[in-house]
Amino acid sequence: MYVAVKGGERAIRNAHRWLAEERRGDPDLPELDPAQLREQLALGCDRVMNEGSLYDPDLAALALKQARGDTVEAAFLLRAFRTTLPRLLSSVPVETAGMRVTRRVSATFKDIPGGQILGPTFDYTHRLLDETLGGTDAEIAPAAVAEQPVDPVVPRVLDILDADGMIQPEPAAAEGEPTDLTREPLLFPVGRDAWLQNLARGDEGFVFALGYSTQRGFGSTHPFVGELRVGTVDLVVEPEELGFPIVIGEVELTECEMVNQFLGSKTEPPQFTRGYGLVFGHQERKAMGMALVDRALRNAADGQEQRGPAMDQEFVLYHSDNVQASGFVEHLKLPHYVDFQGELETIRRMREAAAREEGGE
Amino acid sequence: MTELPSLRVRWLQALALASDAEAERFGQSFGVGDAAFELLRAPEVGLVMARGRAGGTGTAFNLGEVTVTRCAVRSSGDRIGIGWVQGRRLERARLIARLDALLQSAPSKAVDAAVTELEAARAERQAATARKAGATRVEFFTLVRGED
Repeated sequence: MYVAVKGGERAIRNAHRWLAEERRGDPDLPELDPAQLREQLALGCDRVMNEGSLYDPDLAALALKQARGDTVEAAFLLRAFRTTLPRLLSSVPVETAGMRVTRRVSATFKDIPGGQILGPTFDYTHRLLDETLGGTDAEIAPAAVAEQPVDPVVPRVLDILDADGMIQPEPAAAEGEPTDLTREPLLFPVGRDAWLQNLARGDEGFVFALGYSTQRGFGSTHPFVGELRVGTVDLVVEPEELGFPIVIGEVELTECEMVNQFLGSKTEPPQFTRGYGLVFGHQERKAMGMALVDRALRNAADGQEQRGPAMDQEFVLYHSDNVQASGFVEHLKLPHYVDFQGELETIRRMREAAAREEGGE
Repeated sequence: MTELPSLRVRWLQALALASDAEAERFGQSFGVGDAAFELLRAPEVGLVMARGRAGGTGTAFNLGEVTVTRCAVRSSGDRIGIGWVQGRRLERARLIARLDALLQSAPSKAVDAAVTELEAARAERQAATARKAGATRVEFFTLVRGED
């Protein structure tokens, strides 16, 4: 039951005024410029771009500032903003093989053409708090520069394994337009194109935890990182008015290819299978989680016994989106006075009926 | 062997990828401020759905949207100029569209030289990053054990 309730306008107005003051914090401290967030909290902005499903570092930084650092709220702001813009085109699929890598590691092969490139990573740090970052303008030693740059094109590690026939080849590209979840409803069972889009815009925590669950026995993966790469790729579009493709910019991406041991079946020999993750910005946990869940969903689609939530399409795809989850869970905070009154009445009547029955016996 | 991109493709790309200062200098050197244009499509911000491929090579999927800006103009010489650039960048899209119209009737040698300069600047930026990445390349050493 829904009955419109009026009132509270002044309280709402004042609540938002106070919010603005709280957002600003101590006025004796300098105000943050979104450009500072973009540059110095870049990974937070990357998360907002992924879950907001909109690549625009400046807008992500603005959203993060407006949301007081709440990444889920900031993603919601980007999702709302994107609805105000027309969709002009779809890009030509990005060429991740041609990625200009800033980081590229493989846990399966030590000696890979192009080498293991650590890039600007938290890995191998000691996770000790660095008090020198506490607001002093300490001089930062510039990054080391090698004589020998990394190669402009670094071959895909799985292509090397693939050449030996030890890994399941990537299925041929399907014909036709991929599903677009921003325009089409989820109708199960969905294809891999739909779940990859869903996972790419899904909540990092949810996707990562599901990936984790597959390693712990609630799924069927025995994964290795075949390759994890971070870098920039060209964004290519083919506008109708030009009739030919052009590069109009570049986006930073993180790509993860997981390989999984597969013991073979009646129709397939023992081999390694693959799982794929691709996300905006530098988001390794998200890309790895996505690759694990992709594998689990593929196993389920191949008819393997369902051994955990990560293999359940409906469970994964219906619950990955934190903007949708916010809508449904957080609306519980809004007034439900009439619904609750109705339920209260029901409970009262049930109790009265029970009491009458007891009294009548 | 893939075909080399045409000069027009090269300028459309180089102008979209140039720094603000580079693009402005380029525009000045071709007198874009002195030419008259009719606006066919005012600079407009919109979205491009960026696509990826499963496994990097397989089925295409929708990765997420990217903000872009487009613009179209007609020069007094009756050339149509088209501008596309990633991001919300009205001025850059307008500049690209104007230059696209102008450059179609400019001497190709001069255009080629100016575009080559923009491309070289981008390549240098990329090389600087690639050299930083090169410094983080792992060199493995084989440890020889002494028991044999």
